[in-house]
Amino acid sequence: MTVAQGAGRQIGDVILKVDNISLRFGGVKALTDISFDVREHEIRAIIGPNGAGKSSMLNVINGVYTPQEGTITFHGEVRKDMDTHQAAENGIARTFQNIALFTGMTVLDNIMTGRNLKIKSTFIEQAFWFGRARREEIENRKKVEEIIDFLQLQSVRKTPVSRLPYGIKKRVELARALAAEPTMLLLDEPMAGMNVEEKQDMCRFVLDTNDQFGTTIVLIEHDMGVVMDISDRVVVLDYGKKIGDGTPDEVRSNPDVIKAYLGAH
Amino acid sequence: MSVTSAPAAADTFPRLLSQHAAQRPEAPALREKYLGIWQTWSWRDTAAEVRAMAMGLAALGFKRGDNLAIIGDNRPQLYMAFAAAQSLGGVAVPMYQDAVAAEMTFVLENAVIRFAVVEDQEQVDKLLEARDSLPQIEHIIYADPRGLRNYNAPGLMGLEALRAKGDDFDAAHPGFFDTEVADGKTTDVSVMLYTSGTTGKPKGVCQTHEAFITAARGGVQFDHLVATDNVLSYLPMAWVGDHLFSYAQFLVAGFTVNCPESAETVMTDLREIGPTYYFAPPRVFESLLTNVSIRMEDASRIKRWLYDSLMMVAKRCGADIMDGKPVSAKDKWLYALGNMLVYGPLKNTLGMSRIRVAYTAGAAIGPDLFRFYRSIGINLKQLYGSTETCAYVCLQPDGQIKFDSVGTAAPGVEVKLADNGEVIVRGAMVLKEYYKRPDATAESIDSNGYFHTGDAGVFDSDGHLRIIDRAKDVGHLSTGAMFAPNYIENKLKFFSHIKEAVCFGHDKDNVTAFINIDLTAVGNWAERRNIVYSGYIDLAGKDEVYTLIKECVESVNAELATEGELSHSQIARFLILHKELDPDDDELTRTRKVRRGFISEKYAPLLDGLYTNKHMQHIETQVKFEDGRSGSIAADVKIMDATRFPAVNKAAA
Repeated sequence: MTVAQGAGRQIGDVILKVDNISLRFGGVKALTDISFDVREHEIRAIIGPNGAGKSSMLNVINGVYTPQEGTITFHGEVRKDMDTHQAAENGIARTFQNIALFTGMTVLDNIMTGRNLKIKSTFIEQAFWFGRARREEIENRKKVEEIIDFLQLQSVRKTPVSRLPYGIKKRVELARALAAEPTMLLLDEPMAGMNVEEKQDMCRFVLDTNDQFGTTIVLIEHDMGVVMDISDRVVVLDYGKKIGDGTPDEVRSNPDVIKAYLGAH
Repeated sequence: MSVTSAPAAADTFPRLLSQHAAQRPEAPALREKYLGIWQTWSWRDTAAEVRAMAMGLAALGFKRGDNLAIIGDNRPQLYMAFAAAQSLGGVAVPMYQDAVAAEMTFVLENAVIRFAVVEDQEQVDKLLEARDSLPQIEHIIYADPRGLRNYNAPGLMGLEALRAKGDDFDAAHPGFFDTEVADGKTTDVSVMLYTSGTTGKPKGVCQTHEAFITAARGGVQFDHLVATDNVLSYLPMAWVGDHLFSYAQFLVAGFTVNCPESAETVMTDLREIGPTYYFAPPRVFESLLTNVSIRMEDASRIKRWLYDSLMMVAKRCGADIMDGKPVSAKDKWLYALGNMLVYGPLKNTLGMSRIRVAYTAGAAIGPDLFRFYRSIGINLKQLYGSTETCAYVCLQPDGQIKFDSVGTAAPGVEVKLADNGEVIVRGAMVLKEYYKRPDATAESIDSNGYFHTGDAGVFDSDGHLRIIDRAKDVGHLSTGAMFAPNYIENKLKFFSHIKEAVCFGHDKDNVTAFINIDLTAVGNWAERRNIVYSGYIDLAGKDEVYTLIKECVESVNAELATEGELSHSQIARFLILHKELDPDDDELTRTRKVRRGFISEKYAPLLDGLYTNKHMQHIETQVKFEDGRSGSIAADVKIMDATRFPAVNKAAA
């Protein structure tokens, strides 16, 4: 796949830095002494075999887990851990490995929930759909419609999510994350379980998001082809330890990585 | 609008546009659903955008006689691009948006395309790829900038930028636009539509303003189309049907053209717009009906009973009520009830509540399908035409609808049959020429100005034209009677149990047929009758299946018996093939047309069997499996006689 990108996208300074993160669940060491950084506007991939600690790492970044050791520096602010709500307010949005949508609601309503943080009107105002509530809903709907257009979800706008095929559900999840207008997007295996065509579409959407909105993207992915094609830099984890970090080419030629992960291929 | 000297007659498309903009500036011309909302362009907006676009093109060097490629889904901006090119005396060349770059190259090269207006990144990519071998492509203008922000190929420009350029040019050259529009002649070529090219290279069909305006005027008068009508345009812009309905008639009648949000949302958009005038090929009507049937099967028992019984009423009297024929009071009452409970809501779901006139063309439509729509009160009609005739030769007049004819000659069109049965037509709508192909032009337009359609037809007793086959496929039985294999095959294929049919009879004493059963339909039928079978070959050889197919063949024979000269083409003997015809075995083309010659050679023993008195014939055939290996199938194929009926005339039948 050849992808024309990057020409207008300036990779900026480090916006997120994790230092010496260790995370344990009782005696299980999920992450040991992990450090890496993420630069503004880049696409950063985290790869590794099953159980390497990739999802745990994402969960540390957006505050689901609290690491026992280490610090997280986000926009220059050093913390021991993130708080999920704080993370969302700071512009971090995510999607999940196992789709987590409201299955009984339509695509449109699901994406509207992504606008939750942008709503300032009170419950009473909303109940009567009056003044500010009305204005806000119109604004939010417009934003959501732009995302529907961007991710080409027009044909399923009013369809309940439970009736959609898997690949489209994944796209709806991305749409909901984008509705929060995040500066950083965490994608947990956005292409898992997809066929080739769906993967290509998803790659295109991830690249377009990065390109058009300048969103920094941290993604976990199993498909090596995809990772090598779309990411700027890659972190490789194995058994909770970092064994490689660098551009796709550097990682590809790193002997430890080859041994741990690519060796089988 | 600046004042033009002596208002010219509205006899070119740009002049029609300015006439609408002057007379009814606020009326809606184009609509498109964007961000979930229908956005409207009034006639004034449309004329202003066309003007800016045309001036932008002029600033880039587009001039009289140049060709402008237009590629993309149906979008208001692209329809405006037609008018923009024509305003400058240029020719619009719409191209199929789903063609790959390599397929586009021929047309781009043949039409010497220097300017192209396209929809989006997808088309830009294709043109940039084509430009590697065709450096002549100078300017590519796109409507949707998405994903194109970082492209810096020379000559690539957004529509916004083009219009801005156009406004500057307009300010610097006042009066230029009006002079250009006034200079347009009705005999100028307005559009070049490429024929699909199933045989040989595509040919560019040059049509003048006059041709399409004549065709559009005729259709508008024939069906009383008015400015308040609405159409949904979703068929390819490069297809003659869309050009007639969504461009020529749009500018002649001044109705509103609505563009769907995306190709996938057409059904929803159709319901929202509720068009009053609708055009679709048979397959669209077929898939709509299939959806309805499937959903009815899932409905509760009471609903199903209601639907089934009221559809019986509709079938009995619906079409007659629409055609104003006498119907018993009881049926009238039942139909009104049905309309309230079933037909009305059904039409609403299909987005067809407001349809006054619907047309279908392009392929044969099954009688059941045709009757279904007419019976629920949708005025579905057929027309006949081709790219070379602006899709305007025959139309079915209201109240005189037959599923097997295409109606009478349209106003202003002269239709007759050549000695060999070929349909030939004359009128203003006939093409000016094939682009750069004087040989092809000379071949298809004779010295008297008749265009040879290549279709064989007959006129029935009411003077309605019936298209029976491609003229080159029509043969003669040894008795001299006409034999039209496609016509009979289509009749056979209208039965859901028959998937493919191949008829033989040229230079023979009588007509015979190979039949392919439809495994799903016949399999279903067999299961309900507890007939055990192991696969296609087994099922195809069952006596019960032969009896079933015999009934189908005989009812085709009964129909043919009423059709004058064609009554001699009744099927005498048939067999059910032991394998399904397959494009992988070269028996069908990729578009699933039967390759009669190849099949008759490959199955020569079976063909011999049909023309002897045998009732069983042994055959061995080579087959290719999907993994590329090949093997052979041997089978004993039964041959059965079918009853033929004495010819009767229609009145007696």
